[in-house]
Amino acid sequence: MYAYDQLDRALINERVDEFRDQVKRRLSGELTEDEFKMLRLQNGVYLQLHAYMFRVAIPYGTLSSKQLRRLAHVARRYDRGYGHFTTRQNIQFNWIKLAQLPDALADLAEVGIHAMQTSGNNTRNVTADQWAGVAPGEIEDPRIWSELLRQYTTLHPEFSFLPRKFKFAITASAHDRAAIKIHDIGLRLHKNAEGETGFEVLVGGGLGRTPFIAKTIKSFVHGHDLLSYVEAILRVYNQYGRRDNIYKARIKILVHELGIEKFAQEVEQEWLQMRGSALTLDDGMIEDVRSRFTYPAYEKLPHMPEELKKAAHDSRFEAWRKNAVALHKVQGYAIVTLSLKPVGGPPGDATADQMDAIADLADRYSFGEIRVGHEQNLALPHVARRDLPALWKALDKLGLATPNVNLVSDIIACPGLDYCSLANARSIPIAQELTRRFANHDTASLIGRLHINISGCINACGHHHVGHIGILGVEKNGEEFYQITIGGRADENAELGVLIGPAVPYAEVADVVEDIVEAYLALRARPDELFVETVKRLGVEPFRERVYATR
Amino acid sequence: MPLVRNGKIADDAFVTLTDEADVPGDGAIIVSAARLLEDAERLLTRGGRTGVIWPNNREVDDLVPYLDRLAVVALVFPTFRDGRAYTQARLLRERYGYRGELRATGQVLRDQFLFMLRAGFDAFDVKKLADAEAFAGTVTRYSVFYQPTGDGRLTALHQRMLSRHSERASQ
Repeated sequence: MYAYDQLDRALINERVDEFRDQVKRRLSGELTEDEFKMLRLQNGVYLQLHAYMFRVAIPYGTLSSKQLRRLAHVARRYDRGYGHFTTRQNIQFNWIKLAQLPDALADLAEVGIHAMQTSGNNTRNVTADQWAGVAPGEIEDPRIWSELLRQYTTLHPEFSFLPRKFKFAITASAHDRAAIKIHDIGLRLHKNAEGETGFEVLVGGGLGRTPFIAKTIKSFVHGHDLLSYVEAILRVYNQYGRRDNIYKARIKILVHELGIEKFAQEVEQEWLQMRGSALTLDDGMIEDVRSRFTYPAYEKLPHMPEELKKAAHDSRFEAWRKNAVALHKVQGYAIVTLSLKPVGGPPGDATADQMDAIADLADRYSFGEIRVGHEQNLALPHVARRDLPALWKALDKLGLATPNVNLVSDIIACPGLDYCSLANARSIPIAQELTRRFANHDTASLIGRLHINISGCINACGHHHVGHIGILGVEKNGEEFYQITIGGRADENAELGVLIGPAVPYAEVADVVEDIVEAYLALRARPDELFVETVKRLGVEPFRERVYATR
Repeated sequence: MPLVRNGKIADDAFVTLTDEADVPGDGAIIVSAARLLEDAERLLTRGGRTGVIWPNNREVDDLVPYLDRLAVVALVFPTFRDGRAYTQARLLRERYGYRGELRATGQVLRDQFLFMLRAGFDAFDVKKLADAEAFAGTVTRYSVFYQPTGDGRLTALHQRMLSRHSERASQ
């Protein structure tokens, strides 16, 4: 956990005061809606279909139990008793009142949580691998660097009015859980030959109506130079990014139009002029931030404790353990994923009561720490393996032990037409129907790893382009239709999915997905050939044939 | 529109000259970028002070030869959502060492004052009188800054290093 010092606390309190003043000026009419809009967006406040929506940042997906309880409090006091975890390590509240927002922000600020720059044309919440600091084989904890970037990007005087939004993601593991290749800047931490920490910098990834996979702009930027290099990229983008058309304003379009070589040259030229400036991080500064991250005092525990051997006779426990429990870097401990995808539920939602209960469980079993992943699930990152049976019983009671992590019903979906003013079609009911179709755990296990992503419009908040099966809602003559892609992925081998055929109406989506899955089961070379691997090997055609033969 | 300079509402001695108007022999004027580039020698050797209004889609590199003789560089925010002039301002101040008046023009609103100040602006052509009157209170709202710019404010990272050193020294 990162602990705010008095400077961090002062800044977020000052921000709350500023926003309180802005809301006051809006309510008195001193600010026009046009003037206020950008100001509220920079504090995570959108105007949605039914009400204001409030998006709160969970930087690099790390929460303390105290912070999670405070999110529960906000859900209960200012909203309708639940929150929605998003694909970018944020939580959203959908029913908040403008006049109460400053109080909600003040309550959150007390525990070191803010909503700064969770929307607007600025640098957004810096996301990271949700298993940072606990994943086996990780090079080093990327959250140190995420926090340095969080501070650097917060209220930046030069880059608060960029052409468009700008997202960072960072990972330090070979397996990319942070989806860095679909971000404006993706950072892969690695070491050079001298053993010094640095980053492969990728740029220009993003989804939306013109999806691109990010390209490498520099294979090694020394950790000391991270901020100056990032500033060079942002400066080139701020000057030359398009502002004539919001659909062409993301950095991916600039990179695409200039070409990666030319763009890299521009950045290099800019960087050489400011390298060695006050942006240079020295080891003392890095250590100072590192020293404010606390790590649990792990005990020396066996990998296979008695409690676990005993519980192995319970098949429900075993199904959950095999699915939701991952290896920890410390022997005797485990990383436990809490599925927020119950059968028939909206993906990523948690009630205030669940949040409080998870906070209690985190205190009891996970050194008071919780993680939030882009797949819209939570995790307890430091659970002693001997506690797994007891934890499972508690989670099961709370409805948080659905053993579907990474399986077909672990669906990523945007809020869609049920909440969002941009959406063309509903997302949540499609997800709910699919979880019912694939509710049988044995079938889902047989299918294996399969990510379904649903977006209710081309803005692609549900990341449909990189779903193994991607579902995109469109509107045709006033009716909801859905385009279906297959073969996308968001990890280190990121790829965009390919359209399998004409869009299908709302009522047929679940049938089509079932057909695709059946086709895969028939076509796969071996039981452990994943869905995406089969699509890669055979292409879209055999799937297209099966889905559209009878339609 | 009120002009704020050195934190206070001030009189504006400068007159903005249209491209068709004759250049007066003395008096403070602001001319367009095109006119400056066309007629720089005459404009910069006349009796009165001369400034330029520079668009946000033109590189400030072109201004460099004239910077030491310009009294005002006015940069433009066509809307407050267009942030290009922040980069231009920092380049002029921090890279090219411009020391004259750097004026923010266009949709200049209260909630951007501090960003502008930090980027190097020291004069503000403010859209609303109420905003101009609130200037001093607005720019002192924050006491913590995470980024180094040419304004010399200490960043949080540097402040932490200093307090660590002083802790060590006092031990």
